[in-house]
Amino acid sequence: MTDSKIRIRLIQVSMFAVIFVAWFIATETESVSNLFLPKLGDVATDFRDLIGSGDAWSPLSVTLFELVVAFFNAVVFGTSIGYLVSRSKFLMRAFEPMFSSMFAVPLIIFYPLALLFFGLGPGSKIAIGSALGFFPVVLNTINGFGHVDAGYMRVARSMGAKGFPMFRRVLLPAALPIILTGYRIGFILCFLSIVGGETIGSFSGLGHQIVFYAESMLTSMMFAYIIFIVIIAYILNSLVFYLEKKGNYY
Amino acid sequence: MPIDGENRAAKAPADGASGAIAFGQAPGESWLRTPMATRLGVIVLIVLFWEFGARIYNDADFMAPATQSFVSLLEITQDPEVLTAIYDMFWQLALAFAMALFSGLLLGMAVGISRPTYRTFFPIIMMVYAFPQITVLPLLVLLFGIGPAIKVVFGFTHGFFPIIVNVIAGAQNIDPALLTAAKSMGATRSQIYRRIVFPHLVPSLFTGMRLGMTATLLGIILAELYATRKGIGYFTSFYAESFEPQNLFALVAMIAAAAIILNELLRRAETRFGRWRG
Repeated sequence: MTDSKIRIRLIQVSMFAVIFVAWFIATETESVSNLFLPKLGDVATDFRDLIGSGDAWSPLSVTLFELVVAFFNAVVFGTSIGYLVSRSKFLMRAFEPMFSSMFAVPLIIFYPLALLFFGLGPGSKIAIGSALGFFPVVLNTINGFGHVDAGYMRVARSMGAKGFPMFRRVLLPAALPIILTGYRIGFILCFLSIVGGETIGSFSGLGHQIVFYAESMLTSMMFAYIIFIVIIAYILNSLVFYLEKKGNYY
Repeated sequence: MPIDGENRAAKAPADGASGAIAFGQAPGESWLRTPMATRLGVIVLIVLFWEFGARIYNDADFMAPATQSFVSLLEITQDPEVLTAIYDMFWQLALAFAMALFSGLLLGMAVGISRPTYRTFFPIIMMVYAFPQITVLPLLVLLFGIGPAIKVVFGFTHGFFPIIVNVIAGAQNIDPALLTAAKSMGATRSQIYRRIVFPHLVPSLFTGMRLGMTATLLGIILAELYATRKGIGYFTSFYAESFEPQNLFALVAMIAAAAIILNELLRRAETRFGRWRG
């Protein structure tokens, strides 16, 4: 068993090793233009500069600010609307398919509109992030509160639970795991759409930084920023996964 | 095969009945109380809100009422450039989606069919899937230019992951006992694929296709918004920047409607082909 585990790890590690060696050889022998694929050493140097000089913190703080506000909006609106809809079977049947088919629309198409209304600043990213984050939150809230096992409800009711205790002791614990999953997906979508918005049109934030260096043909710095964003995305992902687990445990 | 035929015949009336349920009318419910009527009501409310909101807001540079947008939808679809953009987007969508489906299905089966390959490659696929692809869009533009290629490529990379992940999940769900039984009864490889693997794949494949279609469209629109000369994304930005909101709203509403219809078709196919599981 452990033997096969080691073999699996070996294959995985060697896959990445092959990619990096190919990258190293291709760039060092100049068989790929450094404009497209910078040398690994250059990327490492630029990445160190980026962290060392603190240039990354200002765009990072802009992006994180947009993320926090957008996610807050998505959670407040998504949870409250989802809860209200889930209170009636009729509303659920009416609204759930509507929300899920609206979720299928690539809402980023509204981004030029958001730019028109809120300008190039953080406003347009907050708008698009809130809109994209809203749907997973509302759908999972409806699902969570709407499909609580009828048996639990009947038992609790027959024992005289109603109002807030019913919500606190029966509805919430049953729905929480599904709602938290919705929060996690919504959070990730918020982040993606905000970085996307910054890439398409803005003058600050991490996405803008990538476009700026791509358009100035400073590809190694662009790669450094891509690595930086991937690290941030990884940290945020792990954080929300951890919080989701923690919330479920509670 | 004859067994299949019988099953379908027996199911036919049930199909009709479930069609009625999909419409949402429970027996004894008045027509006005059906979810479909409520949904239509909500849509009408949204359109009315749009119409009167725009009229009250009353700034022709930023907002256009629904009626005006509908009229300009008829107008802009007369414009040959817009027509070409719409046409181009659909063939790019079809091409990118076909590529994503083909490679996702093939690679997904290769990875999902055995336990060791699954445990080796699935974590890597999930890791790459979590990567924010928009960050490499400027790099892809350096590589592929701002023509149709970038849109097809970006659509493909977006559509590929939902499909492969769902195909792998479907392949992993096949009961190993069925495979063992088929093998011990002397089924050939192609028989095993045809009778066991494919039928088990179909429901999750359709889920993957639905999510993949949405993602492909998203990828294409992202690429168009970031850099193109004459795509739909270009026209939406253009109308926004030249303060022609009626055209912008018309175009956006059309794309949204197309996305909803495609999604709905695939969702129907998903429930239809997943039904054999009961």
